[in-house]
This record gives sequence, C-alpha cells and structure tokens, in this order.
Amino acid sequence: MKLKTLSTLVGAVTLAGAAVFSASAMAEDTIRIGAAAPKTGPLAGGAAVTYWPNVELWAHQVNERGGILLNDGERHPVEIIEYDDRTNPTETIRAVQRLATSDGVDFIIPPYGTGMALATAPIFDRLGYPMINVTAITDQTDALTARYDGVFFTLGKTTPLAQGIARLAADMKANGEVGNRLAMVNVADAFGIELAEAARGIFEEEGFDIVYSTSYPPTIQDVTPIINSAQDADPDLFVAFSYPPDTFALTEQAQVSGLMDEVDVFYTAVANAFPAYRNRFGDGIDGVYGVGGVNPEDPAFVEYKEAHMAVTGAEPDYWASAVMYSSLQVLEQAIEGVGTLDRQAVTEYLKNNSFDTVMGEWTFNNQQISNYWTVGQWQNGDFYGVGSFGDMEGTADPM
Amino acid sequence: MQMLITGIFLGGVYAIIAVGLSLQYGVSRIMNLAVGEMLVAGAFAAFWFSTAQSLNPYLSLLVVIPLAFGANWLIYRYLLLPLVRRAKTRGQLEVDSILVTFGLSFTLVGIFLWAFGGEFFNYSFLSVPVEIFDSRYGQNRVLAFVIAFVVCAGLWIWLNHTRSGLSMRAISVDTRAASLVAIDVEKSSNFAFALGGAIAATGGMVLSTFLTFDASIGIVFTLKALVIVIMGGVGDIRGAIVAALVLGITETVVARLIDPGLTLAAAYVLFLLILLFRPQGLFGRAQT
Repeated sequence: MKLKTLSTLVGAVTLAGAAVFSASAMAEDTIRIGAAAPKTGPLAGGAAVTYWPNVELWAHQVNERGGILLNDGERHPVEIIEYDDRTNPTETIRAVQRLATSDGVDFIIPPYGTGMALATAPIFDRLGYPMINVTAITDQTDALTARYDGVFFTLGKTTPLAQGIARLAADMKANGEVGNRLAMVNVADAFGIELAEAARGIFEEEGFDIVYSTSYPPTIQDVTPIINSAQDADPDLFVAFSYPPDTFALTEQAQVSGLMDEVDVFYTAVANAFPAYRNRFGDGIDGVYGVGGVNPEDPAFVEYKEAHMAVTGAEPDYWASAVMYSSLQVLEQAIEGVGTLDRQAVTEYLKNNSFDTVMGEWTFNNQQISNYWTVGQWQNGDFYGVGSFGDMEGTADPM
Repeated sequence: MQMLITGIFLGGVYAIIAVGLSLQYGVSRIMNLAVGEMLVAGAFAAFWFSTAQSLNPYLSLLVVIPLAFGANWLIYRYLLLPLVRRAKTRGQLEVDSILVTFGLSFTLVGIFLWAFGGEFFNYSFLSVPVEIFDSRYGQNRVLAFVIAFVVCAGLWIWLNHTRSGLSMRAISVDTRAASLVAIDVEKSSNFAFALGGAIAATGGMVLSTFLTFDASIGIVFTLKALVIVIMGGVGDIRGAIVAALVLGITETVVARLIDPGLTLAAAYVLFLLILLFRPQGLFGRAQT
C-alpha cells in the first residue's frame, strides 16, 4: 500500500515534469537557458544568496519585458532549466553535459564556486558554449582564457584580492594607525589557501610580523581554539580567509573573547558581505573589513537592490551578487547584439563590445573584467568598497 | 584550563548530538542516518521562534520536544516497525534501516529546502562573554553545555534507576530474552526511538544558538554522531557521553597545541585506535 502510494506520487511528479517539459518544447520561440549550481551541500548556502536569486531576478525581468529581442523582430522569453549539482564537481560536469546534450539549451549560466567553474570550463569549451564566470577566482585566468576561447572571468584574480586587504593594512601601518603584529588564518580549501599564500608574501614584503598563522579544515566544528591561540599571540591585525560558516563563527568567537576589540583590523572573507552577516551581528561589526565590496550609494546598485528585494524577497550581497546579475545582463545584451542564438557569434560579440551593467560599463580585456572591488568595510550597516583593482568609482574611505 | 573547558564544552555539544542516536541504535536497533536532519529540524524551529516570533529560542523546546517525539514515534511505528518485523537477523535490519533512514534524510532535506530555502541561517542569542577562570566564554555555549549535561544526566538516571529504564537496557542486551520476561519490546523500542529523536531535535535547537546552519548540514552531525556512538560502544549511553567528551577535548587540545588543520585527523586516529584495540567500543560488550 505504502509502496503503491509512493510510486503513484513519483509517477505523478514525473508526468507533471514531462508536461512542463513538452509545453516548453512546443513554444519554440522561448530561449532555453541552463543553470547548474548547488541547492544542497556545503556551497548551497552561498549559492542561495549570490547565484539563484539573480538567475530568478534576471529571468523575471527579461520576461516582463517580453523577452530577448532577436533578428526576427520578436521578443523571445527565457526559460531557465535548473539542476542541483549537490556541491559535487562530478555532478556539475554531468549537469552541464545534460543541459547541452539532452536538454539542448541555448546558453548555460556557469556553475557556482571556483572549483566547479574550473572543472567545467573544458566542457563548456568542447560543447561550444560561452561561459561568463562570476564566482570563479584564481590566478590562472590568463592561462585559462588563452586556452579556452569562450571562457570569461568577471570577479577578479586571487592575488589582487589578497592585495586589497594587504595594501590597505600597509597604508594604515605607514600612517601609524595600526601595529605590525599580524594573525592570519585560512580555510584549507583552494580559495583560502591561494588567498593566504598570495597575502602572506605581500604582508611579509610590507614588513608585517606574522605572529600567528594557521589553516583549518572546512568542516571545522569549533573555532574557539583558533581565536584563543590568535589572542595569545597578541596581534594588531586579524585576517581570516574564511568561508561562510566559519566567517560567522570566527566573528562571534572574536566578539566573545574580546579579540575583536583588541585588534585594529579585523577581516574575514566570504559571507562577510552577506546581509545575513549584518543581520546577525548588527552594530557589533562596524569597522570590520571583508573581501569584495560595492558602492552602496551608486543609483544603479540601489535600483538593482530594490528590484532584487521585490522579486526574490531577499537582499543581494555586497560583493558578487551585483556582478552575477551583470554577467546575465551581458549575456542578454550579447544575444540581442547578435540577434540570433548562434553561440560562436555571441562569444565573438562578447569579446568585441562594451556592455552596460549595474557594475558600470564592462569591456572584456583578454576575456576578463579588470575592474573590481577587492576589500570592503561595514560602515553604519552598509558594506562599502574601500579598495579596488583597476578603477572603480565611489571608493569609500576606511573609518 | 582554558583548553580543558573549551574541550569540555565541545564535548558536551558532541554528547547531545550523539546520545539520541545511541538510544535509537542501542535500544531500537535502528541505525538512523536521518538523525542529523532531526537536529536541523530543531535548529530551524529555534530560528523561527527567535527571528519570526522574536521569542526566546529556548521556548521553542516546548513545541520541539513533543513534536519531534511524536514525529519520531510515527516514523518508527509506520516506517521502521514493518522492517523490524520482517527482518530475520539483526544484520538484515541494519541494512534495511540504513537504506530507509538514508532515504528519509534526503526527504527531510528536500522539505527544509522547500520550506526555508538553501541559504545560511543563524541568529544571535546570548552571544555575550562570561568569565570562568580568567577566560571568556560565550554564555550561549555555557548554557548549551548545561542543557547537554541535564539531558545526559537525566537519561543516565532514567536508564539506571527506573524500572522502564531497566527494560530499555534489557532490550539493548538481548531483544528475545527481554520479550521472554514480559517486556513489550515493540512498544519500548518505539518509545526509545521517539525519545532519541526528541533529544536530537533538542540538541539542534541548542546548537543553533551559536552555530551557522543550512538545510543540508545534517549529514555532518550524523557522521559525528555515528563516530561517537561506535567509539562509545553500541547501546551504552555512558560510552557515548565519554566518547563525546574525549573527542571534544582531543580536538581542542590538538587545535590549540599542534594545528587546527589536524583536528579531523586526530578525531579519526582516535576512532581508529579504539576500533583496533576495543572493537566493541569503550563501554561496549564483546559480541558473542
């Protein structure tokens, strides 16, 4: 009986799925866009803030306009086909392949996370899909864009991001605003290790004394020992190249132990720029530094933020969200510019044109965007970009 | 001293994660791989109480405990009891229950995702320092330890000093013999499973006051609970508690004196050593 009910249910769900599928297949004028990113697994929390809401917002806005305008003079609505890659690169690869071959989508939004992006770049290349990466940060971008014709990067490279906080700290040291004892920790993951390595070199060059340095596993359950050890080393700066759960844990523990009041610079990385960070810590994080940034006073950002909240019910983050949205604007503008769904032509168009985005005007140079925020600071409940690579307008002064 | 206290606090957290499973596995013979999702359910309830209702998250226990008890009672009664009745050997029951609860854990993750979404959840509660022996600790952690202590002590007293507790222990020693001395094994197993689930949900509620969680984090807790239950010895609540404390202290000491990167390695080395030299676990009885 129970099994029967279950199989009926499964059958019903499959039928419903098939119905949606055939309905969309019939309407031939829709543009089918695939997306494969985590909905479960360790990176799901980050993707739920930065990735999925922007896909939803963009699709909603495009379809509200009637769709993307093609050469036939008609607007074609977009249809998003989503897969959960369960934060597993093997699944990501499989999902991208399935999107291209069995779903036959017209374009694919690159996956979430550096590892997933690097794993699927060869697949995008082989299948001939342009890949406008956002949440993929590595120093290998030059090598990758040289090898893969249709792969683009928008959020920056590792070394400039590490330089963001390091240069800022060096300037403050030169002005006598901060001492030179540095405690530095990082999550033992590709992102954390790369950033920490890049930052260590710069900090040492600038004459900082690294009094405590360690890495910890991504699954760490209790960060108390790390904060205690750092506190024992009596640092003037605390820099953590951390991931979302530990970003929260390190901050809370630093507040409880008093470390946050003892240091002049307190920095954490991914998730620092999430609205949830401010909601959790309130005024307690005024002055805290984090990776990324935006210009929260820029009218384009304000408009984007309001639309994001109206459509998805959530606030965008203060770093990658707007860039993620921009990457979709770029895709839309490139398709309209070409006027057909010819992927090779769209790739060429991406390389040779400028685009109007919420992050300002974008022109790909060597398939990369080389203007981006590197370090930001919480100031009265908003996260301001205080350091950037290239020329970003509206850089705020650290407080 | 600071190290020891931090370690004991962490051990307390581990204990409350693990004793629920210890009860479920020891008495009801169900290797419940969905125990982590029970914890997450408790955490979500506390989150909802704290943020949507602006109430003290601990108040959610008034709802969480009966609800989790009821839900787990139903899960055992209608999902697992048929397996128990069908199983010819204990090994078969273990395989069957692992498969069913593994499926259940996916279902629950799906429900959490649908209900709450996939982002990170946390809220601030009693995140203020308290000084113990010249070191500062978060009050939320101290309170979590107190709750863990009360739960563990309560369980221990119940199991060792009451008649119904005695029958639980009898079942965990030998199911067939227990039924021969007029213990209603099915009823008691059902109760133990439901209680284990309620404890897990309580643990999740307590953890949520200082831990950032999301819909799919349950598996992390399940793995930790499994390691602790196996280390402690199947079916012995003392074993789970001692193993949890040992694990908490070891991880803290290693993180503090050697390297935080080695906590995981230290935990599994400990696990391996215990399996090598006491395969039945710290307090477990040798299999006959």
